[in-house]
Amino acid sequence: MEKFTTHTGIGTPLRVSNVDTDQIIPAVYLKRVTRTGFDDGLFASWRNDPSFVLNQEPYDRGSVLVAGSDFGTGSSREHAVWALMDYGFRVVISSRFGEIFKGNSSKAGLLAATVEQSDVELLWKKIESRPGLELTVDLTARTVTAEDLVVPFTVDDYTRWRLLEGLDDIGLTLRHEADIDAYEKARPSHKPTTV
Amino acid sequence: MGRTLAEKVWDQHVVRQGEGDEPDLLYIDLHLIHEVTSPQAFDGLRLHGRGLRRPDLTIATEDHNVPTLDILKPIADEVSATQVATLRRNVEEFGVRLFPMGDANQGIVHMIGPELGLTQPGTTVVCGDSHTSTHGAFGALAFGIGTSEVEHVMATQTLPLKPFRTMAIEIDGELRPGVTSKDVILKVISQIGTGGGAGYVLEYRGEAVRAMSMEARMTMCNMSIEAGGRAGMVAPDETTFAYLKGRPHAPQGAEWDAAVEAWRELRTDDDAEFDAVVHIDADALTPFVTWGTNPGQGLPLGESVPDPATMDDDEAAATRKALAYMDLEPGTKLRDVAVDVVFLGSCTNARIEDFRAAADVLRGHRIADSVQMLVVPGSMAVKAQAEEEGLDQVFRDAGAEWRNAGCSMCLGMNPDQLAPGQRCASTSNRNFEGRQGKGGRTHLVSPLVAAATAVRGTLSSPEDLSPTVLTTA
Repeated sequence: MEKFTTHTGIGTPLRVSNVDTDQIIPAVYLKRVTRTGFDDGLFASWRNDPSFVLNQEPYDRGSVLVAGSDFGTGSSREHAVWALMDYGFRVVISSRFGEIFKGNSSKAGLLAATVEQSDVELLWKKIESRPGLELTVDLTARTVTAEDLVVPFTVDDYTRWRLLEGLDDIGLTLRHEADIDAYEKARPSHKPTTV
Repeated sequence: MGRTLAEKVWDQHVVRQGEGDEPDLLYIDLHLIHEVTSPQAFDGLRLHGRGLRRPDLTIATEDHNVPTLDILKPIADEVSATQVATLRRNVEEFGVRLFPMGDANQGIVHMIGPELGLTQPGTTVVCGDSHTSTHGAFGALAFGIGTSEVEHVMATQTLPLKPFRTMAIEIDGELRPGVTSKDVILKVISQIGTGGGAGYVLEYRGEAVRAMSMEARMTMCNMSIEAGGRAGMVAPDETTFAYLKGRPHAPQGAEWDAAVEAWRELRTDDDAEFDAVVHIDADALTPFVTWGTNPGQGLPLGESVPDPATMDDDEAAATRKALAYMDLEPGTKLRDVAVDVVFLGSCTNARIEDFRAAADVLRGHRIADSVQMLVVPGSMAVKAQAEEEGLDQVFRDAGAEWRNAGCSMCLGMNPDQLAPGQRCASTSNRNFEGRQGKGGRTHLVSPLVAAATAVRGTLSSPEDLSPTVLTTA
């Protein structure tokens, strides 16, 4: 995974709450067996609408998505994270995320930054008053800066550390293989097996 | 201080306690795999030269892409066919048991775990699918994961996780005839919202839950994710043990006795404290349906489409957007909403008990000429059981289509999709925009409401039919 320390890019305001992962990428786009190439499915059912924010200059070149509350609810599809990243987003901001989406983001290297709803509103106003405005997201300081506006965000300490270091989760777990071996030896014999 | 059910199961699976900010490392007893969220995980293993640690704790099925007609022919959609073929190649290479299309045990991943007796109390169960919460009905800690985590479990049989908070959903009293666990969970979601359970494991408790069958408990746990919950659980009891006894992978003989003894400990201690508590009065519940585009936008069937003019700004905006998509006018009686399609299926409500209940309503009736009704068993085992009981004939006689097992129109990855503008009463779990097909409109309902709606052509409960037929489910 690529290290993430700070990112600066155009802010894209998505003034919609409850954006579930079916909206981020509909099921018919989940049929690929590769890990890339999902950007064509991103917000597919909204992309035909000329007024949709990703059809507007310069928001279509955004890399920091500022969304309404409860972003990424619903299905566990990690394809939602891949589609956002394939399109070019590195950061998603919302006041609350779907739990599985948040976990998936942290594994794939997309920063899901939780910002108070009142601050999300301020960011929207700021971005819309000057379309194309670049936001700077600093993971070390946990702040989002938009010109003179600086708002804090939360991300749990462990996820932050892994993103800052660009660490592979599986590699970290395999350091504890001896613990896994020991646990397996002590498992009750009545636990099911699939064979 | 005592511990909750979720905390007990958690504690039994800690491989290594995290230090400082680190998460705990949790052991996974059962990993369920399907064709959609696994190919990139298998690729990851190959890329890093890693093996699949415990094929004997892993099982695979084909469900999301499978056609429900002509299942013995090759899949016509090339991309779907490739995904299924990729799964078959991967399970062969890594030694995982698979139930392919045409197998007597094939079905939706959340159907086959319980049917085979693999889902057991006190186990940890994961799958690259959010409705893994279904398995919590057995007192398992079961939750959906993304593909990176699928790869993690394949490689290590563990997951690094921060402890979840706990929420008690106390369902006091007794459900009236004609009111099901589907109505209960739709009510819960409308009450706490689609994000209300975020970060929590929901434990369903109380008199009404104890009286529910395993099928009914599974329906409720299944939709925990729709309230934002990480998992849903019900403490195991005699109903659970009776369901499991004798199933192919349930413990046998002395092992069974040892298992039941251990399972009896799996209940929330009287002095345990939940982080949050929600109360639902079962006696007051009536059939519940959704009117909007998320599962929290629901109301009792007897009410009318809500009016955004009576709401605060944020809620009004969300409601207007939902009503525009759903093509509904405020004030319209929900019972007057006409549907084009009825879907009886999905991992929420395609178990034998659901089919029996729906068949009881349909017996002696014809579905409305304006309605197409799809009946899709959750598994081939349910299909066989229903056919043995003659339920397939009841559905056919009423004018419904009797199909093969799969996820089908719940998410329309196979050919079973709504056309743009079509309206559906669906026993599935999500009414998101376009979920059942681009431009399709979904009302979530119980199997009883689905069956009655098929007959009348508008959202209905069995009470609306004459002669009245009522069943508890």
